[in-house]
Amino acid sequence: MTSDFIVGIDLGTTNSLVAYMQGEIPAVIPGEDGLNLVPSVVALDEKNQVVVGNAARKYLIETPERSVYSVKRLMGRGIEDITEELKLFPFHLADDIQAGEVLRIKIGERTYTPPEISALILRQLKRNAERFFGGPVAKAVITVPAYFNDAQRQATKDAGRIAGLDVLRLVNEPTAASLAYGLDKKKNGIVAVYDLGGGTFDISILKLHDGIFEVIATNGDTHLGGDDIDNLLITIALDDIRGDLGLDVRRNGETVARIRKAVIEAKIALSSQASATLDVELPGGKRYQREVPQQAFEQLIQPVIDRTVGPCKQALKDANLKPAQIDEVVLVGGSTRIPKVRQLVQNLFGRVPHTDLNPDEVVALGAAVQATILGGGSEVTKEMLLLDVTPLSLGIEVAGGVTDKIILRNSTIPASATQYYTTQVEGQTNVAIHVLQGERELARDCRSLARFDLKGVPPMPAGMPRIEVKFLIDANGIMQVSAREQRSGKEAQIEVQPSYGLTDEQVESMLLESFDYAEEDFRQRQVIEARREADTILAALVKGKKNDAWRQLTSAERRKVETLEKALVAVKDGDDYHAIRTGIDTLNQGTMRLAELMMDSAVTTALKGKAMDDTGLEEGPQAGHPVAKADFE
Amino acid sequence: MRATHFCGACGKVQPPVPVDYFTFFGFPRKLNLDGALLEKEFYALSRRLHPDVYAQSATQERAWSLEQSSLLNDAYRTLKDPIKRSEYLLRLEGVELEEQSKQATEKARATGELKKQVVPPDLLEEVFELNMHLEELRAQKKMGEDDPALLEEIGKAKISLEEKNDTLFIELKSEWKKWDAAVDSGSEEERKKILDKMLDVLNRRNYIRNLLRDVNEAIETP
Repeated sequence: MTSDFIVGIDLGTTNSLVAYMQGEIPAVIPGEDGLNLVPSVVALDEKNQVVVGNAARKYLIETPERSVYSVKRLMGRGIEDITEELKLFPFHLADDIQAGEVLRIKIGERTYTPPEISALILRQLKRNAERFFGGPVAKAVITVPAYFNDAQRQATKDAGRIAGLDVLRLVNEPTAASLAYGLDKKKNGIVAVYDLGGGTFDISILKLHDGIFEVIATNGDTHLGGDDIDNLLITIALDDIRGDLGLDVRRNGETVARIRKAVIEAKIALSSQASATLDVELPGGKRYQREVPQQAFEQLIQPVIDRTVGPCKQALKDANLKPAQIDEVVLVGGSTRIPKVRQLVQNLFGRVPHTDLNPDEVVALGAAVQATILGGGSEVTKEMLLLDVTPLSLGIEVAGGVTDKIILRNSTIPASATQYYTTQVEGQTNVAIHVLQGERELARDCRSLARFDLKGVPPMPAGMPRIEVKFLIDANGIMQVSAREQRSGKEAQIEVQPSYGLTDEQVESMLLESFDYAEEDFRQRQVIEARREADTILAALVKGKKNDAWRQLTSAERRKVETLEKALVAVKDGDDYHAIRTGIDTLNQGTMRLAELMMDSAVTTALKGKAMDDTGLEEGPQAGHPVAKADFE
Repeated sequence: MRATHFCGACGKVQPPVPVDYFTFFGFPRKLNLDGALLEKEFYALSRRLHPDVYAQSATQERAWSLEQSSLLNDAYRTLKDPIKRSEYLLRLEGVELEEQSKQATEKARATGELKKQVVPPDLLEEVFELNMHLEELRAQKKMGEDDPALLEEIGKAKISLEEKNDTLFIELKSEWKKWDAAVDSGSEEERKKILDKMLDVLNRRNYIRNLLRDVNEAIETP
């Protein structure tokens, strides 16, 4: 039943995780390096191979132009709305991007769209899960910030598809966290989830009722998080270096990356220490050192963390609740480790927030719970149901550039609205609809989601056709539209032009491309794994030769083993998987007699009361799991 | 729980039948609604209609579940709010709120009469004075001046509007009672009268709500 694994994925700005339900308890699946967190960093190594996660981190400093981080900030966005981002993040964009186009980011000589980069991270997580289960993983629940708009959600779903995952559901991060918390606390009441991550902030207020998790209101800021704190410190460091040392390193990617690393370490230290030191090596043998006292740090970040207050108040207002009516407050996201943030939340809601679950992992754990719910449920999840809301109002541009809201924010999803349109000119056969998302009165202040062209309206006198357009926001928070001309009963054709998204064809071709890369990746992985196995067996042989058993072999036998050994050494550093594989297998065969003799002597030794450890016997090479390619519908 | 949403044999979701929101829940078309019962039914139906339940089902069932649960959520959102519920009933009964006021606007334009639904005549004087005060407040704020006496005046007017708002809500509720009785035994004419009265109350209430919004905006704007 391995094909039925549904994993929960937290695709974060800074770190990503994959989790599953281990029986009735959600658990994070570690990577090959044994670590739960996979940094959301993608780089190309010296051989132009894609490297993801911890292994990619060193390239942020060594070859910043060949690596990218915090790509989540660019998901579902256009060139015109990332000017602020570009000032603070070293994104290398392709030179020819037009307004309204999907962004393309340069990594070395290649260019990738944000969903493709996210797909590389997702593929790494998928691989980690496949290694863990020893079988293919094709279905996933992926979390998104609750305040993500339609375009950002669509981009995340596209990333999943490009990574070869069937995304069963996008779940809002704070809601997922509440699922993880709600598992063992079968309580009813009102819960507020305050989620300050690496790049996004969400506040969600939920009503828990006999296993139903009903979101009442949500609010947030998709560009507010730990990154902003880092950038404040980086700016100070850069100014210091220019002022005190007379060095302008702003354009020096490597140095900026070093400063960033130092700043993050200092930030983390300041959550538990009264002071931290920034210490960065600069070009020309100079050094930047600065002491950062906690108090100064707290003063510095106050304006950033204060930006979370407005959304919290708005969410309370929308939920029609006073802070005193909130029964519990839950903290999510790495940035909530900062004592000043905890204090702010405590003041805001008048109670000590919960921090029992690891704020870095709780979202992924909740996603795993939701994955189980979607998979048909288990004993603990069978009563659980998530009722989420749309964070932003959906509107339509009407005469005068005004937004006519048709689905209000905080409506439980799925939600729908039906609008009627007619023509203004005799015989008009097309009607254009501009769909917007946001709370502002004017269309130009809202987020443009898509332009629809209703085609094939039967020619009639102006005002005669009655076109029914149904807008529906599905359980992922993504909009669907259908239209019908009522007098003729004709299904009107809709041509969708997503304002910032990829077309289905683009996603499809990226998926195919990723298969090509996947093939390539797979071969490389095979080679690496085989090489590792060769090293293990060769090392075992070196030890074996020191064993008495070696001398018990005939000289012909010894010569044969040494020939095979040389043969394997000769091929193991090459890229020919089959040659390495054959070398390993023949050497394994050739040393069978040696192994037997060693075993005998080990047993004899053991009988003589000697410890096994001294025999030079080692565990055999581990057979690597061949990772099967998943089948896609 | 409404049986038509599910298959009698296997209990799975069925395609939605075009029904009004009251019928969707299996309720009579009455306005006094037990909020706790509505919520209970909403949760119970959610557990059986939500797309999460059909995540691994056939495409057709997934589509039906999506339609049915969006209908359920739309219905719940409308019925749980007393004002939205009342307005929805009016529309169901063929009274178009917006068209009424549009018609009223056109009529007012054509005849030069005062638009009845939009500015209730008994409020005219009060509204005129309030608007003057608000205008003055905005001007003062622009100049950075502060006039506590003016703020007090506006505060008083605000309280008076809030009181009227509450009174109107009580009035609306008494119409609910009449309507619910008339659903069972009233004549067509009687029901029409109640609907007209409700429309009048709702229009007045909307007017006052808009005024209150203006007042709050003027006070809160720095």
